[in-house]
Amino acid sequence: MKYALLSDLHANLHALEACLTHAAKQGVDRIVILGDLVGYGAYPAQVVERCQQLQAEGAIVLRGNHEELIQSHSLSEAHATTSYGGQTAEWTHHQLSPAQRFWLEVLPLTAQEGPVLFVHASADAPERWRYVEDDRVASLSLDAATQNPDVRFVFGGHVHHQSLYYRGTGRQLMRFEPTPGVPIPTPKHRHWIATIGSVGQPRDGSPKAMYAVFDDSACRLTFHRVGYDHLAAARAVRDAGLPEFFATRLESGR
Amino acid sequence: MSQLAPGTPLDGFLIGPCLHAGGMAHIYGVTYADGREAPFPLVMKVPMMRSGDGAENIVSFEVEHQLMQVLHGKHVPRFVAAGDLVNLPYLVMEHVPGDTLQHFIDALDTGPRPEAATIAKLGAAMARAAHSLHKQNTCHLDLKPANVLLHPDGHAVLLDFGLSCHAHYPDLLAEELRKAVGSPAWIAPEQVVGVRGDPRSDIFAIGVMLYELATGELPFGNPQTSGGMRQRLWMDPAPPRSLREDLPEWLQEVILRCLEPEAAKRYPSAAHLAMDLENPDQVKVTARGRQIKGTPFFTHLKRWLRAAGMQYQPSPLPSRQIEEVPIVMVAVPNYDVTDATLYSLRQAVDRSLGLRPGARLAVVTVISPGQTSSTEEDKSETAVHRQYLNMLREWAQPINLEGHQTSFHVLESSDVAQAIVRYAEGNNVSIIVMGAATHGLQMQRFVATVPIKVAMEAPCTVVLVKQSLPFEQFAETELTPEEIELERKRKRRENWVPF
Repeated sequence: MKYALLSDLHANLHALEACLTHAAKQGVDRIVILGDLVGYGAYPAQVVERCQQLQAEGAIVLRGNHEELIQSHSLSEAHATTSYGGQTAEWTHHQLSPAQRFWLEVLPLTAQEGPVLFVHASADAPERWRYVEDDRVASLSLDAATQNPDVRFVFGGHVHHQSLYYRGTGRQLMRFEPTPGVPIPTPKHRHWIATIGSVGQPRDGSPKAMYAVFDDSACRLTFHRVGYDHLAAARAVRDAGLPEFFATRLESGR
Repeated sequence: MSQLAPGTPLDGFLIGPCLHAGGMAHIYGVTYADGREAPFPLVMKVPMMRSGDGAENIVSFEVEHQLMQVLHGKHVPRFVAAGDLVNLPYLVMEHVPGDTLQHFIDALDTGPRPEAATIAKLGAAMARAAHSLHKQNTCHLDLKPANVLLHPDGHAVLLDFGLSCHAHYPDLLAEELRKAVGSPAWIAPEQVVGVRGDPRSDIFAIGVMLYELATGELPFGNPQTSGGMRQRLWMDPAPPRSLREDLPEWLQEVILRCLEPEAAKRYPSAAHLAMDLENPDQVKVTARGRQIKGTPFFTHLKRWLRAAGMQYQPSPLPSRQIEEVPIVMVAVPNYDVTDATLYSLRQAVDRSLGLRPGARLAVVTVISPGQTSSTEEDKSETAVHRQYLNMLREWAQPINLEGHQTSFHVLESSDVAQAIVRYAEGNNVSIIVMGAATHGLQMQRFVATVPIKVAMEAPCTVVLVKQSLPFEQFAETELTPEEIELERKRKRRENWVPF
């Protein structure tokens, strides 16, 4: 089975469609959306609608921290209108129907498919949204996940970078920066944890959307970068009256 | 797994004789169990996996298992099949004919050492093989005579990728403590401090093998401790010529350059090394090649102090690293060419070298075979070649060649385009610089001129240089158009080269 792993869509419909098209060409059997469908971008309602449709077709859809930020109880908290994030959360809240907001609110935090655990942030405490940004946090997440002896792979998002962590001959995890498009052998007798990057808001200096394909029978993980009309996505952010910062971020990929 | 008996079927293969029983693996000749004819002889490698075996043994088999499936080209055995790593670990690959370099060295025994030309040929074959790996983003990191197979047709095939490192895959042998991984006699200084992935580490190992071929000794012995291995971080080996007087200076120059403790002082790529070994007369001999006494104590002491602080640093992608030091080839027309074209070519070469510190320049011209004669003395091959070599040197004079190793070559061929393309292929040239229009023939859409043929068939980037305009007035001569035409016809009759 080939899984397309997409995370941190951030209401970027252009990027999502580009990745889905790319994934279809790779012969993907199943879509997994690893959370943060909304926030920052200009198309929250459309992206949610698309994900609901994918879910109806069999996709796994998980909850991320932004699905919580846009709920009424979060908005009433202190950061509401002062920060950029607060402003987009407020705006996004009003773009979505109550039904859509409810759908987002009750999405699961994790999902397991055989040896693979999917989670938005760190598996040791998914609801705390810890960033898997170095070998130490990766280790916590992987150790927690592999308490279940069936689990060999942990795939997550949240950090907006593509990294693969594995154990070499030492005890600590090693971080590996993947080359886009190169299938990496990830045999099942080892443990692997990967952050698959962000579809809708790349932050590593390239505006190309990030996602990954995992083939669980061949045990190959391929990180992809997909070019899309990021200028149109940035324009939409400006037209919606959202903070300029989120538009330039899409243009520069930073 | 204990040794398998001949006749045992295994996953569709029939085990044949055990060809090699090493500490790490058994190697068997195999055939297809269903009687199907294999396109070439096959061997199966089965790792030793007894209880009590170190994890490293299994990991290195895993690394080889991964790499054999993606490496290609004639310098690695062809991959056929692989068993499941956990349940049935094995690899089936091509049984490459030939003997290992170890076999060659053992056969020398205490007899005379090989001639310089033989050593150079072996070295060039190894360097080409290593370069082919480096282009695939892989460093072998365990090159030694037992892992170099000499194919009967003269090329080298590299074996045993258990300690290799592919830049596109997680390095399973890496660890946070950065231990030395490799064979003590051949391991490069940077590998001793845990750097894995610098193609110049393979160049060092080739240097050790060349040293052994030349002198019969290992330059750093075969140390058994990490302190012994660290010696090469600062120590120069005894100059080969102090062990073997008749060894030419150029060969010592090449060997010691491979063995420089600092990777940056070695050949920047294996293609550069191969080129030197194939053109001994073009090797620029420095004090390094001439010395017959060892490095003074104080120099070693200074280096020792510096080496004490040497530690791990990550290496860039091998293919990127070798791309940064390309071999630039310029094809210089030797007949019926305007000064403006020669000038523009020179400008173009100057510019491309300026962008690439450390790049090597090969200045090439093609002459027709009819120009040399075995009977007339003034047309003997050496005399004619010398004449053209001088012409090339004169042409290159104004180019700033500081920091760029340069060599000059005269090729004989009646097909200029083919000669240029073959030369580029054979020498791993990265960029060909040549004139866009030669022989008064402008670049045309429907005529496959030499530059067009080269551009279409070359294995690398081709820069077609257009004559720079302001020069045209300069190039005007005192001759009338009729006289120019006459002169052109005369030259064409004499030695016509379609170039």
